[in-house]
Amino acid sequence: MSHVVLDRLLERFGEEVILGSHSHRGDETAIVAPTEIANVARFLKDDGRCSFEMISDVTCVDWIDEEPRFEVVYHLYSISKKHRLRLKARVPEGDPRLPSVTAVWGGANWFEREVFDMYGVVFDDHPDPRRILLYPEFEGYPLRKDYPLNGEQPLVEMRDPDTGQLVMPGRISRDQGREV
Amino acid sequence: MKIVDDVGSLPVITTTREDAIGLFSSLVKGGLKGGLQWARRYSLFQYPFVTACCGMEYMSVSCARYDMARFGAEVPRFSPRQADLLMVVGTVVHKNAPVLKRVYEQMTEPKWVMAFGVCASTGGFYQNYATVEGIDRIIPVDIYVPGCPPSPEQVLDALMLLQEKVSRLKFPDGKEAGT
Repeated sequence: MSHVVLDRLLERFGEEVILGSHSHRGDETAIVAPTEIANVARFLKDDGRCSFEMISDVTCVDWIDEEPRFEVVYHLYSISKKHRLRLKARVPEGDPRLPSVTAVWGGANWFEREVFDMYGVVFDDHPDPRRILLYPEFEGYPLRKDYPLNGEQPLVEMRDPDTGQLVMPGRISRDQGREV
Repeated sequence: MKIVDDVGSLPVITTTREDAIGLFSSLVKGGLKGGLQWARRYSLFQYPFVTACCGMEYMSVSCARYDMARFGAEVPRFSPRQADLLMVVGTVVHKNAPVLKRVYEQMTEPKWVMAFGVCASTGGFYQNYATVEGIDRIIPVDIYVPGCPPSPEQVLDALMLLQEKVSRLKFPDGKEAGT
């Protein structure tokens, strides 16, 4: 499995959509224009040479000092062909959104909700775009690099372990990182 | 005929109904010194609030090999209304904190709380947006069992220490229970 999938992708979509790629010992990555991610996903699943039936993971990287800031990463696997592919798409801090691939792979549903929950990246046309792990009252996105390290948002009245003072529900800023 | 225990001349086996009635009435009316605490300390019904890997250790300590029942904590109760001892076994996160608080409030007095494992005691190695750094930020804790996870022997020691505490329970007017 050397470059077959990457070559197919470039042949079908061209350099306007496949912005770059790299390959190392069968570990292949394609960098995709974010607006086209759903079309690329549909092709990769349906094309007979690619046959990526399964989405293993969707995650995100916060390159805080770069622009576009967020890099959404998709890990694909072909059960029939036994090969893998990684897709990356960069979205800007000002408008972090890209199309959902839930219509292609149902398994992407919760992965995309988690990326939204932790990084605030919005997936258009997602059937259920809610937080998945945190509670609805939570403000902000905790895995962003500029979220305070100890930015707790308690739901019940509690004591601060450092001062012993009662803290009402809402945000405690016991800030050891950068300010939001 | 009756067989009396070696601590408080309590009839543990008896051939007459009167002695059996006498046991319970003496416990309740406080005719027997320390009887009520004696009953309480050896009948701790636990509510296992199990959230994380410490649960495996709880299972170990409550099952046959270590057998918490030998020390007078026989039955886990899965309704807080029937429990005296809330065992918080594992990490509590902010999302779960209202549930823990409600479970505690639903228990009837007198009640005790054990923080089982270092996460429940202090948050352990978690210090982040999600974790409550010790359940004593939300509810009162009677006994802490740090350890990741605590060994079953440590939990049994903690249980015996808690039983000491139970037997010294005082009412708000300063009188000891059962006296």
